[in-house]
Amino acid sequence: MPFGLIKYGLSSRYPVIRKFPARPELKPRYDVVIIGAGGHGLATAYYLAKHHNITNVAVVDKGYVGGGNTARNTAIIRSNYLTPDGVKFYDASLRLFKDLSHELDFNIMYSERGHLTLAHTDAALRTSRWRAEVNKHLGIDSEVVSPEEIARIEPTLNLSPNVRYPILGALHHRPGAIARHDAVAWGYAMGAAERGVEIHPDTEVTDILVEGGAATGVETTRGTVRCGCVVQAVAGSSSLVAGMAGFKLPIRSMPLQACVSQPLKPFLDTIVVSGSLHVYISQSSRGELVMGGATDPYQLYSTRSTLDFTEGLMGHVLELFPFLGNVRVMRQWAGIADMTPDFAPIMGESPVRNYYLDAGWGTWGFKATPACGTYMADMVATGRTPDMIAPFALERFQRFDQFGERGAASVGH
Amino acid sequence: MKIMLCPLNGPRNISEFVCRGDVVDRPDPTACSDEAWADYVFMQDNVAGIVREWWYHVATAYWFIAERNTVTDEIVRTYPASEIFHPPVDHGTDSGGRS
Repeated sequence: MPFGLIKYGLSSRYPVIRKFPARPELKPRYDVVIIGAGGHGLATAYYLAKHHNITNVAVVDKGYVGGGNTARNTAIIRSNYLTPDGVKFYDASLRLFKDLSHELDFNIMYSERGHLTLAHTDAALRTSRWRAEVNKHLGIDSEVVSPEEIARIEPTLNLSPNVRYPILGALHHRPGAIARHDAVAWGYAMGAAERGVEIHPDTEVTDILVEGGAATGVETTRGTVRCGCVVQAVAGSSSLVAGMAGFKLPIRSMPLQACVSQPLKPFLDTIVVSGSLHVYISQSSRGELVMGGATDPYQLYSTRSTLDFTEGLMGHVLELFPFLGNVRVMRQWAGIADMTPDFAPIMGESPVRNYYLDAGWGTWGFKATPACGTYMADMVATGRTPDMIAPFALERFQRFDQFGERGAASVGH
Repeated sequence: MKIMLCPLNGPRNISEFVCRGDVVDRPDPTACSDEAWADYVFMQDNVAGIVREWWYHVATAYWFIAERNTVTDEIVRTYPASEIFHPPVDHGTDSGGRS
């Protein structure tokens, strides 16, 4: 190694720049404790500090920053949902995402690719039309396209009618995008820390303190912390943490697996999704194909990988892109998806006062990060539920007033 | 490939089975409150640990009960429903057929 390089590395004139400060000591009391230092929790902390000047905030996590589902999703951003409330919310999020690199002064590598949801059956085509009309009504760029148009949009896709599930059409959503998911968590963490928010990784919450029906603090592996209110943003452990606060959620936790291929030259511009084939696939800026499918068929808290998943997924991928036959899978992983019965999240108040829920993000949480942070922060700061997230309240289940978002989940589950 | 021991068919590939959720007591739908019914329909224990669930072998339409660990992905035990529902559950239907 050249001597000059060692000198540079050890010189105090070029200190290492930390993305966010080292873990501070826990204070005995905060205004707000946010459980979960993933994208959602950190975005909530960031907007609490930025929009509401609330900075006496601690974000605690049993692991490291952005190490949960923020790091495990396939980083797709889109707003072509089915219910008007869902479309409006995800569109608000997509708009925030577009400007997020600038907002955070950190490159999240937002890349607008266009998003094709393939239809292989009449039923899927009908849902595509339905989604396109709801989207257009709300000003979202979505339209149903024919196989000829698909061939122009994504020429590498196998449009042969001589396959098991020929492609009959697709829902084309031009604003569909991907971003670097880790950078989203880091960017929010840096922005929040700069404004005085404390981030406490390796600090596991072991109990929620509830007095007279209101949350007053949390027990952690590093001591007891009192607070004005608690925000729970723990995708994959929502039921377990809510259980500490003393209530149940309409959630079943299932593993969702994904994998990446070895890097290839850029050939796939669009994000391609097939609900019937249980596949979604996009090419990252590193050239890797990022691929995912449906959730595992039964409840589990284990993030093990299975051969069943890869085998099943590749069978379908090869039908869409037969020339990938010799390409290798490089990594495979899983995240725990908190599935709600109506494929929509749960945001808002809980049965415990001063205890706010951000849960039930199943397989659709990453794209919601900026909007969820914004509105959760509004709610914590004002004590009122913003109109935008009111339909996502937990008590919708008591009224039998569920969402009907299943048709817009990326793949059939 | 994960193998599940079916009480009727012996060891079979787990892809032949469908998990149908926790074994829970159903409240009487004609007598219970709306809240209790919503709780029964939607709310989940979602336990991290040993759970007791209904499973279904698709090819033979056979329902049974499995106990498994949701943290380690191990199947602890599988057995016929008659082991805990004895006599069989009365669903309160008056169709006259087998419930």
